[in-house]
Amino acid sequence: MADPSPDIPVIETTDLRKRYGGVEALAGLSMTVRAGEVFGFLGPNGAGKTTTVKLLLGLARPTAGQGSVLGAPLGDLRARRRVGYLPELFRYQPWLRAREVLELHGELIGLRRQQRRTNAASLLELVGLADRRDDLVGRFSKGMQQRLGLGVALMGEPRLVILDEPTSALDPIGRVDVRGIIRTARDRGAAVFLNSHLLSEVEQVCDRVAIVDHGRVVASGALDDVLGAAEASVRVTGLDASRLGAFEVFGTPTLDGDRLSIRPMDPERVPELVDKVIAMGGRIHEVRSGRTSLEERFVELVSSDRSMAGTPSSALPGNRVAS
Amino acid sequence: MITIARITIGEAARRRVLWVLVALAVLAVALTAWGTDRLVSLSRDQGSSDAQIKLIVSQVLIFIAFQFTFVLAMTAAFLGAPAIASDLESGVAQALLARPLRRSSYLLGRWLGLSVVTVGYAGGSALLAILAVSFVSDYTPPSILAPVGFLALQAIVLLSLALLLSTRLAPIAGGAVCVVAYGLAWMGGVLGDIGRTLGASSVATLGDLSRVLLPTDGLWRGVVYGLEPAFVIQSVGQGLARANPFFAADPPSPIYLAWSVLWLALVLGAAITLLRRREV
Repeated sequence: MADPSPDIPVIETTDLRKRYGGVEALAGLSMTVRAGEVFGFLGPNGAGKTTTVKLLLGLARPTAGQGSVLGAPLGDLRARRRVGYLPELFRYQPWLRAREVLELHGELIGLRRQQRRTNAASLLELVGLADRRDDLVGRFSKGMQQRLGLGVALMGEPRLVILDEPTSALDPIGRVDVRGIIRTARDRGAAVFLNSHLLSEVEQVCDRVAIVDHGRVVASGALDDVLGAAEASVRVTGLDASRLGAFEVFGTPTLDGDRLSIRPMDPERVPELVDKVIAMGGRIHEVRSGRTSLEERFVELVSSDRSMAGTPSSALPGNRVAS
Repeated sequence: MITIARITIGEAARRRVLWVLVALAVLAVALTAWGTDRLVSLSRDQGSSDAQIKLIVSQVLIFIAFQFTFVLAMTAAFLGAPAIASDLESGVAQALLARPLRRSSYLLGRWLGLSVVTVGYAGGSALLAILAVSFVSDYTPPSILAPVGFLALQAIVLLSLALLLSTRLAPIAGGAVCVVAYGLAWMGGVLGDIGRTLGASSVATLGDLSRVLLPTDGLWRGVVYGLEPAFVIQSVGQGLARANPFFAADPPSPIYLAWSVLWLALVLGAAITLLRRREV
């Protein structure tokens, strides 16, 4: 199959829906992923992330809506030749050797024998399993199996790599390796669809993100756009709440207990803000300046979505886990 | 399909299933040859005629074949029942089916690979047993390939049923259902023949129905027919002897054989449809 034009989105879904009995797993998902970008797909448990991945790969069928992968309808066999996939539940034939697993997947995507062998050898090197190439997969640790799965996903230089929680079984060194591998794939023009609950990881490697909840996108765009502008937060006592308007010269002020927040707030003007608070009789205990972390933004967006949907925010696991 | 069939055979070899089956087959053939040899010697010592010895040996051979069909039924059921279900449960299928691999190719590849293993085991063991018995007793059944072929077809029927169940049921459940279905079909066939002999048409119909629903017992009659000496068929071929599950007056008809092949196609078609509808 010829590579699709760079103008054609690698993934495009429009109002994609999936219902399991009475449960709506996807409630009209619309998103676009372009060639050469790392796309982070985030959401709390049960948000519809894995369902989306299965629909994209043709492992499940949508109830309604449309979608395309590499310009072909969802589930198209020819398009799947150019799609690599690391499932969240990564399991490979335990009775095969590591190189045999890679060669099997190479055969399934139509690579020639020599190409399969060369590709398998270089990928085993890339994922750090070169010295275990002839070991049976059944003897691998979880982390090693996940590394192998990453190699499988990259077999045949796919145009789209779908990684579902690719570092869940890896140690910190392995996680750094995976980030490097993702960047390498992007640099050769592949799109990477990254489904991860490790928000710091997503923040480090993704160009764009989509946050899903209740089966639909609640925020999406470039990471900078989703995170929004920088803000300042001052823990202060002795401040008269009726004089809050005086801080509007910096941004929009809010006072929640002893926490004064200004958003957006130019980090260069923080000393000026401190002077102002002192001049107004406030006693400063702590000053924080910077951009909202993805984790904070994620919790904020999902909590807001749930309060609108009538779901208690306590349903969020510890108000911090995103998968 | 060929790729999947190849790795399925490889799996049987790597997991030592193949070698266990070969070892068991060699052991079974050795014991059969030894037992038959002893039986023939004892019969000769007691002055039995050649015809009597042929009858005894053919009955022994049929009885061993019957035991073997049960072993084969278990083998087919417990090879076929986990073939799809285990891949779906463990997650191996997710990585495979995300590739440009049709579900029909995946299922037929599993079927083909397991058929090669099962038929190799059934055919090889049965052929060796017949040749060994022939060597020690001077009794060679009228047909060697036909009973071996019917045994192999019987195994493929059960394997196909196990694969169909494997698309929806857990491995243990699928294997158990398959073995129970085999037992019920055998009992249905025997009861049907007894009913026919005694003139109970409803029981006879039930037996016919069980042979249509699962053609293992009908094919078993083909195994028996092929192993019997011709004079047995001619002399005791009618009446109450028809109710004996270790006697067959006729081989399965061409229509029945055609139905068995069609049955296989229908079951595999149903298995493909069920797997296509299943979300992985």
